[in-house]
Amino acid sequence: MDVIIGLEVHVQLNKLKTKMFCPCSIDYHGDEPNTHVCPICLGMPGAMPVLNKEAVKAGIKVALALNAEVQPFMVFDRKNYFYPDLPKGFQISQYDHPLAWGGYLTIETDEGEKKITLKRIHMEEDPGKLSYKGSITTAKYSLIDYNRSGVPLLEIVTEPVMNSPKEARLFLNKLRIILEYLDVFDGNLEGAMRVDANVSVKGGGRVEIKNISSFKGVEKALTYEITRQKNLIRMGRTVKRETRHFDEANNITVSLRSKEEEQDYRYFPEPDLVPIYAEELIEEVKQILPEMPEEKRERFKKQYGLSDSFAKVLVMDIKMANYFEDVAKVVNPKLAASWIVDVLRGELNYRSKDFTFAYEKLKPEEMAKLLNYFENGDITEKGVVEVIRTKLDKGGNVDKIIESKGLFAIPKEEIERLCIEIIEKNKKAVEDYYAGKKQALNFLVGQVMKATRGRADPGETAKIMRIILDKK
Amino acid sequence: MITIDEWKERLESEKCYDLVCEIYDRIEKSKLNAYITLCKDLALKEAEKYDKGQKSGKLAGIPIAIKDCISTKGIRTTCGSKMLENYIPPFDAHVIENLKREGAIIIGKTNMDEFAMGTTTETSYFGVVRNPYDLSRVAGGSSGGSGACLGGDEAVLALGSDTGGSIRCPASFCGVVGLKPTYGLVSRYGLIPYANSLEQIGPMACSVKDLALLLEIIAGKDERDSTNAGREFKFEYCSKKFKVGIVKEMGGNEEVNSRFEEAVEIIKNMGFEVGEVSMPSFKYALAAYYIIATGEASSNLARYDGVRYGFALEELDSWTKYFSKVRSLGFGEEVKRRIMLGTYALSAGYYGKYYLKALKVRTLVKRDFESALAKYDLLISPTMPALPFKIGELADPLTMYKMDVNTVPINLAGIPALSLPAGFIKSLPVGIQIMGNYFEESKILSFAMDLEKVFKEVF
Repeated sequence: MDVIIGLEVHVQLNKLKTKMFCPCSIDYHGDEPNTHVCPICLGMPGAMPVLNKEAVKAGIKVALALNAEVQPFMVFDRKNYFYPDLPKGFQISQYDHPLAWGGYLTIETDEGEKKITLKRIHMEEDPGKLSYKGSITTAKYSLIDYNRSGVPLLEIVTEPVMNSPKEARLFLNKLRIILEYLDVFDGNLEGAMRVDANVSVKGGGRVEIKNISSFKGVEKALTYEITRQKNLIRMGRTVKRETRHFDEANNITVSLRSKEEEQDYRYFPEPDLVPIYAEELIEEVKQILPEMPEEKRERFKKQYGLSDSFAKVLVMDIKMANYFEDVAKVVNPKLAASWIVDVLRGELNYRSKDFTFAYEKLKPEEMAKLLNYFENGDITEKGVVEVIRTKLDKGGNVDKIIESKGLFAIPKEEIERLCIEIIEKNKKAVEDYYAGKKQALNFLVGQVMKATRGRADPGETAKIMRIILDKK
Repeated sequence: MITIDEWKERLESEKCYDLVCEIYDRIEKSKLNAYITLCKDLALKEAEKYDKGQKSGKLAGIPIAIKDCISTKGIRTTCGSKMLENYIPPFDAHVIENLKREGAIIIGKTNMDEFAMGTTTETSYFGVVRNPYDLSRVAGGSSGGSGACLGGDEAVLALGSDTGGSIRCPASFCGVVGLKPTYGLVSRYGLIPYANSLEQIGPMACSVKDLALLLEIIAGKDERDSTNAGREFKFEYCSKKFKVGIVKEMGGNEEVNSRFEEAVEIIKNMGFEVGEVSMPSFKYALAAYYIIATGEASSNLARYDGVRYGFALEELDSWTKYFSKVRSLGFGEEVKRRIMLGTYALSAGYYGKYYLKALKVRTLVKRDFESALAKYDLLISPTMPALPFKIGELADPLTMYKMDVNTVPINLAGIPALSLPAGFIKSLPVGIQIMGNYFEESKILSFAMDLEKVFKEVF
């Protein structure tokens, strides 16, 4: 393989209530800067960290789900470096006794399944965030928001086993699915996942791209960087070992520092915290580990009789899977699956929304009601789509929408009555039909549609029409 | 020197307000320089409350001095440094909460070596503390102000902190009692750290009885300090004739040794069984201590960058230049020396050679104490190897570090140790050190109480 990629993924455990080492809330998104702070996460003299046990539990959950070896003995260390967003002048992290070693995750590439192996997973605290009045280049000074300071982070380090930017994207997608399954992570929040990517091409040095802050960014940064490195090698120049920064606005990477200028973090054990003996905690977490995507996929096939392709798509997003199960309680599961996967998912995508939005705008009970109407023939396929769109865009009551838009399907008896009426009024067309002209049937059905202002199901009407004509 | 009993006796006939005023009069005329910040208005208000019968608790109406590395809400806390010259903490240390609950009156914040780095309080940004028995000499350090204020009748009780002897040294030099508690007995929440894994806040007083009471009040469970043992302390006097071991490796100069030998004779005559123990690891203890302490310090002091609080510069520059300038101007020489030492010891390529080795020595020191304390109830030695020095006498840092030789092994092991006055030599106080097993402060205090009576008569 001529491209080798390894990732270091920083994941905020942003579904927790409080920060890693203090009681401050981490629900700060949209709040004023520096309003979720206390002496501990501001690094004030004399304040001491107290470990958030829930964060350790969440970490163990993730490590178990990623098949890693959770360590019964963990230590927190200080990683020392100067940066204005780091209030203590060091970050509390883990060094030689991390949360877990090893682990893997399987992705589906074009060539089939591929195991992405992990090196380690450790816990640490997030630094604060710098911001600038105006732009970074023109601002006279930097402003610091410590709301993020101390948010629990996991750093997940892969082995250098990916061979294309696409594989990196697939890995990150799968990782996100798993994290959301564990209910420890919300990928929609700003800064929820940040990635450092190591990449080298055959014949060149390893380059690290720091702090890529979006999923799409990772694939773009890697694609750019691989092209850059290959071009250098083609021109007979060397790719030197260095650290680069991804310029998201211009989709390029720029040199930050060479390897010789690398920092010495002077790790040593954090003396204000005691080591964690986690054996009991690991057992406790094993008991509450939820069903993971692969298990769910198999269960959906067995329990609901779904095809593999539907099950596979449904479990890709825990919210979609839950939505499906809520609807399938009341409606034929296969019908529910196909409407959710083929229609609702598409309508949400079109609006750049996910199933959280569906839960808000078109509750599973309402979706179930709608599908029941459809199954009973009370509303046409077109009508269902119309109601879904209206609900997502404007809201309202399902029955009222159907009524006001006149979407209730015409009962079969009414269609039969109309067919007979139309047949009697259009002798010419009927003769044409008996003479073998196919368009004649379409014309007759069209007349019924016209009479019902489109509320009759065209397929159903054609069937009835043909039966009546053929009986004569 | 004023004991709690003496103070209470005067409170029966006099107003607390007047007595506290008397203390401030004495401080204002004093040449000791024991205090950095006085909280006179606050203290007088508290004294008035006492006079109106509005204060209760075990220390109601008792004046106490607080070392300036212990956070006090709303009261400037400088750590003896220019870096924190204007720093006012937004919260109280755990020990301060406890003192307030028991009705103590905080007189002020006492002078100390900058960030507790020193043995003489000469590194303070706020000037040297003078010895109450000889103004040309030092009061010891780093809790020099807390020792001197008791010796000079400028408080009845004091809190110090002890990382490598910083309570016991000034106690010895100022003729008062001081205790470094077992690591984990007293919460460090709110103590501005020098070396977290070594230090404890501890009581200083004019009698062993007062010391025991103060320890009872400051000790106890606090979930904000993860290294806190979660134990309460209740002093129980024990009249048992303990087995006492003399530590061969801990000694002093001729005058100190001769007084120590006299003390040992007295102890034997009092009916205690005395023997000798050897601690082979001690020859490495001082070196190990300075590697661990400076390593932790180099990291602890990284937060003083002039961004959020404390000393800052008006003119802005690039981050690195700004940080460098703030730290060059804000820290004193000794602090910078220790930051450099610690940074070096933790650096890649040296970590294994220095820091890890120091941790191994630490384990050996612990083992030596454990085996000695399996044979003996208590161990004794001179507290300091010499009498109080002349101000400026210890100009060479290494000579100064060597003065901690008898005190640092205790911090490496985490056991408790007390310094008890053993009279005077040439009008200068001298102290002996009493060490005991983890959480056996009651044994140490009982023994010290017995000796205190006899020493007062003999010396």
